[in-house]
Order: sequence, then C-alpha cells, then structure tokens
Amino acid sequence: MSSWPRNQWYVAAYSAEVTEELMARTICGEPMVFYRTSDGEVVALADRCVHRRFPLSKSHLVDDNVICGYHGFTYDRTGTCLAAPGQKRIPRTARVPAFHLLEQDSLVWVWIGETDRADESTVPRAPWLDSPDYTTVRGLEPLKARYGLLVDNLMDLSHETYLHGGYIGTPEVAETPITTEVDDEAQVIYVSRHMDDAACPPFYATSTGIEGRITRWQDIEYHPPCLYLLHSRVAPVGTPDPAEDGRDEPAFHVEVVYAITPETEHSTHDFWMVARDFALEDQGVSDFLAESNRTVVLQDVEALDVLEVVVEGEKENYQELSINIDTGGLAARRIIARQLTKGEAVTA
Amino acid sequence: MTADVDLTPARMLRGEHVFRVVSKLNTDILVGYCWCGEAQESEDPIALWTWLLEHPDGHSSGRGGESPSAGRPQVLEPA
Ligand code: FES
Ligand SMILES: [Fe+2]
Repeated sequence: MSSWPRNQWYVAAYSAEVTEELMARTICGEPMVFYRTSDGEVVALADRCVHRRFPLSKSHLVDDNVICGYHGFTYDRTGTCLAAPGQKRIPRTARVPAFHLLEQDSLVWVWIGETDRADESTVPRAPWLDSPDYTTVRGLEPLKARYGLLVDNLMDLSHETYLHGGYIGTPEVAETPITTEVDDEAQVIYVSRHMDDAACPPFYATSTGIEGRITRWQDIEYHPPCLYLLHSRVAPVGTPDPAEDGRDEPAFHVEVVYAITPETEHSTHDFWMVARDFALEDQGVSDFLAESNRTVVLQDVEALDVLEVVVEGEKENYQELSINIDTGGLAARRIIARQLTKGEAVTA
Repeated sequence: MTADVDLTPARMLRGEHVFRVVSKLNTDILVGYCWCGEAQESEDPIALWTWLLEHPDGHSSGRGGESPSAGRPQVLEPA
C-alpha cells in the first residue's frame, strides 16, 4: 500500500509547462511523459516503452505521436502502438497506459487510480490562478521529503514566526488562537487565524505599500490530498470587515496556493503560487513576491529535507507530541488516512 | 455554557456536518463542537478529535446528552 491515497486527483504540472516537447515527471511513483498535441490537448503516457522499457520522454514527438528513441515503436496520444519496426503486425499488447488528465485553473490534474472512477467534478478549484483580476507568480521546488511532512508544515503556520521570521513571520502569528473546522463529507479542512492588530511583515509591507500595523487574516482551506489554499487578507488596522456579500475593496488579498504532489515515497513536488488582487501590472511587485515566496518555500524545503532523514532513521513507534497548534494538521492526517483506506479498498 | 468561548472568526465551512474546534481565549483549552451542537473541552487536540469523530455515532441511537462513554478525553467542563 502506498503512503498516498489512490483514486484521487493530483496536480501533475502547470499548464504552461506542458508544451509540444516531451517532459518526464514522476507522479505518485508513476513515471510519466507529458506533452501537448498540436490541437492543444495535454497527454500523459507511462514513461516506459512496452518493448524494452526505454523512457518515452527521451524519444521523439512527430505529428502528435511518440516514436521510441530506441527501436522506433510509435504510440499515439491514447498510448496505442501504431507502428513497430521491421514488421507489419503490431502485437496486440503493444500499448502504454495513458493517464486521465484535466486541465483547469492553469493546472494539469492527473487521476491516480482506476480510470472508470475518475470524476472531474471533484477536482477542487483555484479560479484566481488564471483570473484577469489577479496576477500570479509561481514556482516548483523539488522536496526530498515525504508529502506528509509538507502537509504538516503547511497546516500549521505557527512555524512562520520561527522558520520564516523576517519574511512572513511576526510574533503575532504564533500567539493568535486558531479556529479549525472539518467537513468530513466535503473533505475540506479550514484553519483560520485572524489577527486584529499585527505587525506587517516585509512580504506584505513591500508589496502593498502599507506602512503601519495591519489586520491580518490567514484562512487555510485544505482539500486533501493535494490542493492547499491560503486566503490571506491584509488591511491597515481600522479597515472595516468585508461586507455581507463578500465585497472587500479596501483590503489586499493574496491567495497563496500549494499543490502537494507525491513524487516517490520520499520525495514531493512542491508547487507554489501567489496570486494577488492589487498592483496587477507592477512587475516589481511580481518579482518581489516571487523572490520572497521562493525564499520562504526553500526555508521549508531545507527544514523538511533534514526532517525526512530524521524520520527515516527513527524507531518504529516513535511518539510525537501534539499541542493546540496541531489541531488542523491532525485533522488533515485523519482525512488522508481515511482516503488511503477508501482508495485501497476498491482496488483490492 | 459557551458564553465565555471566543467564537471568532466567523464560521467558514457551510456544510451540514462541520466539526469545529476553537481555542478558548487566554487559556490552553480547546473547545470542540460537534455539528449536533454538543461541545467538549480538552487540552489535548488528539483526545478532542477522538471525541468529536466518535461522537456522531451516538446520533443514530438518540438525541445528544447521552452519558460519556469510556475512552473519552478528560472533560473539563461538560457542555
Ligand atoms: S525500447 Fe522502445 S522500441 Fe525498443
Ligand atoms: Fe513554512
């Protein structure tokens, strides 16, 4: 049994990454080759030729078909073999698995599980990522740690104060009480921390131009296993709360999005995005947010890479200690544990 | 008996069956609310989740208010 839930959607790539060139990426232990056809469709095939297992990602794309770089087996976008070298007959079993994909909100989602169970309507949304009302910067960092460690990390922002002081952390983050909500049926966890009067960390001061103290809201919405949304609202102290209908012009909104995608049992794709609803055209703000957020992500990556080595080396029944700040993380673990059993039960 | 509990920020999830855990202001106590309206306090988040997640099982057998079963967390202040 894998450590990630099967029969779930995972982010495999950014839309912009998938071009008319072959791209290799392992998702949930499955080596895949991605490409975009001339009519714009995104394709993912298993990255192994059926003949002698040569990686298709090291092959050639001709007229939307992949021609194996070793002996020339040719596959179409469905993974069906169209041609084998030196013979007319194509073996009946000559096909590579094609993965079910969905391109939405500038993300390429892949279904890991039994194809007939894939339901596109269950893919969580992050509409601001390709909305004209927002400007988004993004990146992808390789993490040499199991995905569960990144889930823990993101569910508890108290670590901002210590690991990310000087960027996004200020004393109030660790000191403000948290509210956690769990909707088991919808498979959502919401962790909310509203600071009424907080210092403005450089990440927000520099990007918004706010000079004094701020009201700072951090509302985490996690859709396990993959999509993590941090709705961040920042406004000068004294700014009225959002109106009943949700309108909130005087405040600055930053939507921080992570896609947490297992690569292998001990490595993870850490997709990060920062969308903002202000200074849309300001390249300086884009550069600053991209640079700052990448720094913050790399601080986490560095810590989690170390942690992975520790966790791998520890004894079987090591007892962790959980405190109040872990309430959201514990809820996430529990939902993932249930997704794991549910995803396997049907497979077995 | 929840008047002293800080309920801010506002409820965010709108589903019918939402569990909610809030920090009691200026204490180390967590208050867990089942969607049925029952609440428990605990200083241990694991114990509190265990109570919350097992709690609705009692819903089919009767309305809230049944006596605590074995294995529940230490209840500091029954709701
Ligand atoms: S390995 Fe691909 S054609 Fe031989
Ligand atoms: Fe972090």
